[in-house]
Amino acid sequence: MQEISIKVEEKLYQNRYMVDEGRPHISVKPHTKPSDALAALVKVCPAGCYTRNETGQVEIAPDGCLECGTCRIVCAATGDIEWNYPRGGYGILFKFG
Amino acid sequence: MSETFDAIVIGAGPSGNACAYVMAKAGLNVLQIERGEYSGSKNVQGAILYADALERIIPDFREDAPLERHIVEQRMWILDDKAHVGGHYRSDAFNEEKPNRYTIIRAQFDKWFNRQVREAGALVVCETTVTELIKDAKGKVIGVRTDRDEGEVYADVVVMADGVNALVANRSGLKKEVTPESVALAVKEMHFLPQDVIESRFNIGEEEGVVIEVAGSVTVGMVGTAFLYTNKESIAVGIGCLVSDFTEAQVRPAFLLEKFKNHPSIKPLLAGSEVKEYAAHLIPEGGLNAVPQLFGDGWMIVGDAAQFVNAVHREGSNMAMTSGRLAAETVIEAKKAGKPMIASVLSAYKKALEDSFVIKDLHKYRRLPKVLHNNKHFFTDYPRLLSQAAETMLRVDGEDKRSKEKKITKSFRSTRRIGGLIGDMFNLARAFR
Ligand SMILES: Cc1cc2nc3c(=O)[nH]c(=O)nc-3n(C[C@H](O)[C@H](O)[C@H](O)COP(=O)(O)OP(=O)(O)OC[C@H]3O[C@@H](n4cnc5c(N)ncnc54)[C@H](O)[C@@H]3O)c2cc1C
Ligand code: SF4
Repeated sequence: MQEISIKVEEKLYQNRYMVDEGRPHISVKPHTKPSDALAALVKVCPAGCYTRNETGQVEIAPDGCLECGTCRIVCAATGDIEWNYPRGGYGILFKFG
Repeated sequence: MSETFDAIVIGAGPSGNACAYVMAKAGLNVLQIERGEYSGSKNVQGAILYADALERIIPDFREDAPLERHIVEQRMWILDDKAHVGGHYRSDAFNEEKPNRYTIIRAQFDKWFNRQVREAGALVVCETTVTELIKDAKGKVIGVRTDRDEGEVYADVVVMADGVNALVANRSGLKKEVTPESVALAVKEMHFLPQDVIESRFNIGEEEGVVIEVAGSVTVGMVGTAFLYTNKESIAVGIGCLVSDFTEAQVRPAFLLEKFKNHPSIKPLLAGSEVKEYAAHLIPEGGLNAVPQLFGDGWMIVGDAAQFVNAVHREGSNMAMTSGRLAAETVIEAKKAGKPMIASVLSAYKKALEDSFVIKDLHKYRRLPKVLHNNKHFFTDYPRLLSQAAETMLRVDGEDKRSKEKKITKSFRSTRRIGGLIGDMFNLARAFR
């Protein structure tokens, strides 16, 4: 596969958000070893919200979340994450959509 | 808010707006609740608007709806890594008085549609998320709970128009969760260019538009498609694949989009543009088999929440508007006849859907999701073979044409045994029948 370098953060930088400080709408449940589904989110989340920490757990920083719901559906069967819409009015604000 | 409404509509996308508009126009007391700052602020589409579905709701929408370009040319491309083969259809007949398809920008279009809903008399409350349904002792839905203080509101009927994730119905146990195999994740960017550059680059006049639908190696073997649509001063470019394929292949969606934008057939079309937004959204792709129970005591479900998308033709917003309208008409009829909003009465909604293109088209393509899922080579081997075949025939290199034909036949056979080829054609033909 041809190598293309991309930085998702640069893409997100163009977007408008209203961040609900201190009230993340998604959280990962405590775990020692992530399930395959949870581990897959590190790549599959289109906003790159999921990362692996040094000790191997998956963490989320949902500030750049596009509210697509992909992670919710991928982990529906395993129950690895807690997912809600942001409070009304908060989150991504598409200018064009 | 302690009054009881005739109807509550959850969501202000095309399905919710259509539903709320039709009911409000008929004089019903309608409350519409939207979680975004305004209708459209959470919504993503390619976006092609099919005029017919909207015309049946607002006949003169062309007078003031924010439309970008009417489509005069459709390009269907199959890509391999270096080339595209495909077909184009362009006709001056599309330059008609009332064009049939337009490109739109959803944030602007939804805002406009929602203004019509308000003007028709509905009460629209934004920045409010519905968290669950309220049921009476017998299980009939009688209202909704929201994330506002004292955020309980009541109505005779609740229409769920909350989109593909359909959290309200899922969490109320009215519908099963969608599976990774039955939804696609699409990522999309908006590229801005001066209007005259777009028009000369695509060989089109002032109001005219081109759409390009793409399949092939850009999805790196996953089931999916890509698109490029011209707006007035921007180009929408996006790509989507099944969520189950993304997780299996471990491909980054943003990488896929970048790969598509850098394809030699696409790159020159975007050259010099300024990107102003990156978006992602799910698309229901499960077809008829994914459609849930559509009504019950005090509730109906419409649009993407009911998984009404025809993935083959990329039709969703028209199914959303049509299902929203049919649900509204069901409520209006029941109200007129003085009937309660119970399942036996609301079943008229399902009947109306079955008589419409919504269920008929989903029925026609009911086999397709499975066929595509089980035949990944449609997205890998065939694009490569087609492109090679075209190159072999077009390259003038002293070899006679019959030998070239033999070579092409051989390349197809060595990739897919003849039984496989026939099987593929049969499966595909059956799925499209
Ligand atoms: C990339 C892409 C390209 C597409 N291209 C096309 C195309 O070219 N043509 C076409 O016809 N279709 C296309 N579609 C499909 C089309 O966008 C959808 O079918 C259509 O938007 C469905 O409308 P809807 O009203 O049912 O849902 P949505 O448009 O998703 O609207 C749902 C609304 O409900 C709100 N909401 C959700 N939950 C709650 C809650 N709990 N409380 C309050 N509000 C809530 C949301 O904020 C949103 O406004 C495309 C889709 C995508 C993703
Ligand atoms: S909802 Fe979508 S964008 Fe948000 S964290 Fe989940 S996968 Fe990422």
